[in-house]
Amino acid sequence: MIIQFEKVNKWYGKYHALRDIDLSVSRGERLVICGPSGSGKSTMIRCINGLEEHESGRIVVNNVELTKNRKRLHEIRQDVGMVFQQFNLFPHMTVLENCTFAPTWIKKMSQKDADQVAMHYLERVRIPEQARKYPSQLSGGQQQRVAIARSLCMSPKVMLFDEPTSALDPEMIKEVLETIVDLAKEGMTMLCVTHEMGFARQVADRVIFMDGGRIVEMNAPDEFFRNPTNERTQLFLKQILN
Amino acid sequence: MKGFDFANFLSYFGNGFLWEGVVITLWLTAIPMAGGLVLGTFLALMRMSKNRFLRDFASVYIWIFRGTPLLIQLVIVYAGLPQLGIRLGVVPAALLTLTLNETAYLSEIIRSGFMGVPPGQREAAISLGSPPWLVIWKIMLPQAFRLMIPPLGNSVNGLLKATSITSVISMEELMRRSQMLMQEKFDVLEVFMCAAVLYLMMTTAWGLIQRQLEIRFHTESVPVTEEG
Repeated sequence: MIIQFEKVNKWYGKYHALRDIDLSVSRGERLVICGPSGSGKSTMIRCINGLEEHESGRIVVNNVELTKNRKRLHEIRQDVGMVFQQFNLFPHMTVLENCTFAPTWIKKMSQKDADQVAMHYLERVRIPEQARKYPSQLSGGQQQRVAIARSLCMSPKVMLFDEPTSALDPEMIKEVLETIVDLAKEGMTMLCVTHEMGFARQVADRVIFMDGGRIVEMNAPDEFFRNPTNERTQLFLKQILN
Repeated sequence: MKGFDFANFLSYFGNGFLWEGVVITLWLTAIPMAGGLVLGTFLALMRMSKNRFLRDFASVYIWIFRGTPLLIQLVIVYAGLPQLGIRLGVVPAALLTLTLNETAYLSEIIRSGFMGVPPGQREAAISLGSPPWLVIWKIMLPQAFRLMIPPLGNSVNGLLKATSITSVISMEELMRRSQMLMQEKFDVLEVFMCAAVLYLMMTTAWGLIQRQLEIRFHTESVPVTEEG
């Protein structure tokens, strides 16, 4: 088990954002999480690397329980890669520097080794030729692929994707999804918040539907799409698939 | 009526005593500015801290130093503190007061710079496992600095002129030296006009430097290169 949620609850002030979340993810598993906005799906995956703190329950990542212990949190974060909706590349650094920042400063890798690792992953996301450019010179799809490469440079054990294609123009969604599919085929454990249902069918081992801070449905994609049991899931799927 | 003696006015531009005053004014600006940037960064971080004591300390500090005249602060440090047994020379008193005062203003500029950096930048950095100091030093500060250059430029300009206030504690910078020269021949208009032009030259030079900084820090992160 690489990620485990036990009765996790989170509030934003009076707003109950996560309600009694129980979830286990094993190594190599690929989960797709969907649901209406405000259902808690982003909040849930942001709890995994401590971007959000949970108020009760337990979250265990790679056998380490998430607590307020800062040092532990930094260690967990090195094992958990995260890709954001808005890419969040560092605009004052080149693509290559974006990728070598964490390996050199946090893993104390030599610049030469870090450059090599970075180029390796930039090749995997198919943009090695952009290494010397700045993020603002790239298209959205290219930026998101750099963001994926940047995370991979830390050799994470798990990758979290928080709506990785929601900010992209339609023609760029495909290139980013293909990159994630490649990663999935290589056996990377991943949790992906997305409404790309074709993608979910293609890569997911399980699809999760959240509503009102709860996991209301969780199933293998075939079952999930063919026989959604929950009423809200049915409604959501009907809206999103039309 | 004495009138304005233009030749006399020009002659003061060849006065070494005044030019030394210019040099003193320059370092009297540079040192508190540098000190204020360092201390102001810490004060800004305190103001944004989760720790309530640090936050309150920073707020009270800023409230006091921005809310009282520099002249009073200067007189208290130089002439008031000896009453408590703390005696500072003219130069240390001037440098210390200007630094403490500038820190308050700069911390607010720095804080607004930090707040101008999108929150996603911090999240991306900590998601990679960066400890807080690294996030601040390599991700937040470089981006905040770009946003800070225009208001920072105003601060330098303001401080450069504010140094003239230290003449009241007999700090021998440009203003004080002008007063001393004036008392020799009572060329009030000629001397102070000369001093005014010297200040104007300094602020103008700074304006040019600031422009260069703005160009450089803007283009550095968005260099224009050909596609390919």
